[in-house]
Amino acid sequence: MTAANGRAVGGPVLEPVPVAFTAENVSVCYQTRKGAIEALRDINLDIMQGEFVAVLGPSGCGKSTLMKIAAGLIIPTSGRATLAGKPLDRPGRDVGVAFQKPNLLPWKSVFDNVMLPALTLGLPRAPAERRAMELLALVGLSAFSANYPAELSGGMQQRVGIARMLLHDPQLLLMDEPFAALDAMTRETLALELQRIWLGQRKSVLFITHSIQEAVFLADRVIVMSSRPGRVIDDVPITLARPRNTDTLSSAPFGDACRYLRGHFQ
Amino acid sequence: MKYLAALPAFIYPLVSLSAIVGIWFAAVRLFVIPDYLLPPPWQVFDLLVNGFVDGALWPHIGATLVETLGGYVVGSALGIGLGVLLAESKMFERFLLPLLTGLQAVPKVALGPIILVWCGYGVASKIVLVVLVCFFPLFINTINGLRRADEDLLDACRAFSASRAFLFLHVKLPSAASEIFGGLQIGISLALIGAVVGEFLSSQRGLGYLVSSASVNMSGATMVEGVLLLAVIGMCGAQMVRTLHRHVVFWESRETRTESRRRRGKMMVWEG
Repeated sequence: MTAANGRAVGGPVLEPVPVAFTAENVSVCYQTRKGAIEALRDINLDIMQGEFVAVLGPSGCGKSTLMKIAAGLIIPTSGRATLAGKPLDRPGRDVGVAFQKPNLLPWKSVFDNVMLPALTLGLPRAPAERRAMELLALVGLSAFSANYPAELSGGMQQRVGIARMLLHDPQLLLMDEPFAALDAMTRETLALELQRIWLGQRKSVLFITHSIQEAVFLADRVIVMSSRPGRVIDDVPITLARPRNTDTLSSAPFGDACRYLRGHFQ
Repeated sequence: MKYLAALPAFIYPLVSLSAIVGIWFAAVRLFVIPDYLLPPPWQVFDLLVNGFVDGALWPHIGATLVETLGGYVVGSALGIGLGVLLAESKMFERFLLPLLTGLQAVPKVALGPIILVWCGYGVASKIVLVVLVCFFPLFINTINGLRRADEDLLDACRAFSASRAFLFLHVKLPSAASEIFGGLQIGISLALIGAVVGEFLSSQRGLGYLVSSASVNMSGATMVEGVLLLAVIGMCGAQMVRTLHRHVVFWESRETRTESRRRRGKMMVWEG
């Protein structure tokens, strides 16, 4: 794990690596009319500072539940989740989220949507506005800041979601299949963009996906989950060199990693 | 057909309207219908012009407008306010929702005579009746609209630490806006009905009074005149609410407009 993080092993001072998010024996049960449904069972997971972790699993394995726990939207039925060492009982201020649906407010312009975290967190307006413009430039949407979400394509809306996620410069990014609803080409472009942003800012990322290629391409570590109840069944470091590009997709180590992971779902 | 399509949209209903007036004209001439059954159009026209010129119509129009609009504004505000309260508070919902749902089943105009006894025979009793009939569509639509807010959108905002007030003002209320305007649309037509029924029951003024007293006198032209004026008021009210709807809930009409462009000619799409 340490090697996968690209951190020095056996240096003169062994600093403890700060942990961005931990889940200890986390289980979640939903009460429904037909009885209790166990969504997650005994999940143990650490995300180190600056680490890109992908969670891979079939649909209905509780990946989204895990993400909602990290976002502070669900409290685990049992077990403990912490954010930067503090117990998670409400949404963290230092967290950015993006979902499969862009979840933009249709009645607000692109710019105002990106500004949303500044409003909800009560950040000073002027610097936030400057940052919103920078982020819109970063995702290539400067020209659309005054448009409304309905006037944008799906891929563009998702980019707005990514800019919004980054506005308050959060340390931990939570992404729940953010590219799943997009076509293959847009997906690839956005994955490359995400890597570029991540390499520039080195945030901790919890990236939920059901695409093996996407997980291997983006992550330092891939956590494999089984379906119902969701459990962690493997934890695979991905040591491919960065920055990864379209050539990476056809390289032998990439193929090996994908083949290995696919073995879990056959 | 090609030439017809180039005409502005408002021409078509005007053509149908003229045709109807033409048939009315011809029917009165051809079949010698007595005035109290169906007065000829020119008689109604004369009556309208004289009424406006000598000012006899204005108090009636004014009374009906005051009752309708006053009751509409108060009833809508109460409906929206109580709807918000019940949608946002479980406690209020438990205490009040069953009662209000029960009251909804009562035909409000049946309360008219009681309200007359309580509030007198003037404008006040009509306003109370209008408040009652407007209240329910607004109340029900506000609750439904607020509950219709997209749970994923709310979760996304919650994940950014949005407060309850933020969720209400920036997510729930805009999500409910279209439904609330639907209620306002129903409310404006019910308001006019409420005012007229109130005037039928007992009054000295108003277009409803004009029609009911004319019916006693067998004055067909006055009845038609009153109904025509009520129709114009009703159409203006509905059109105003529709225009407001389109401007306030601009993000939905934007979608509706592109949708309707795509489907034009295949089906009816509301465009306002």
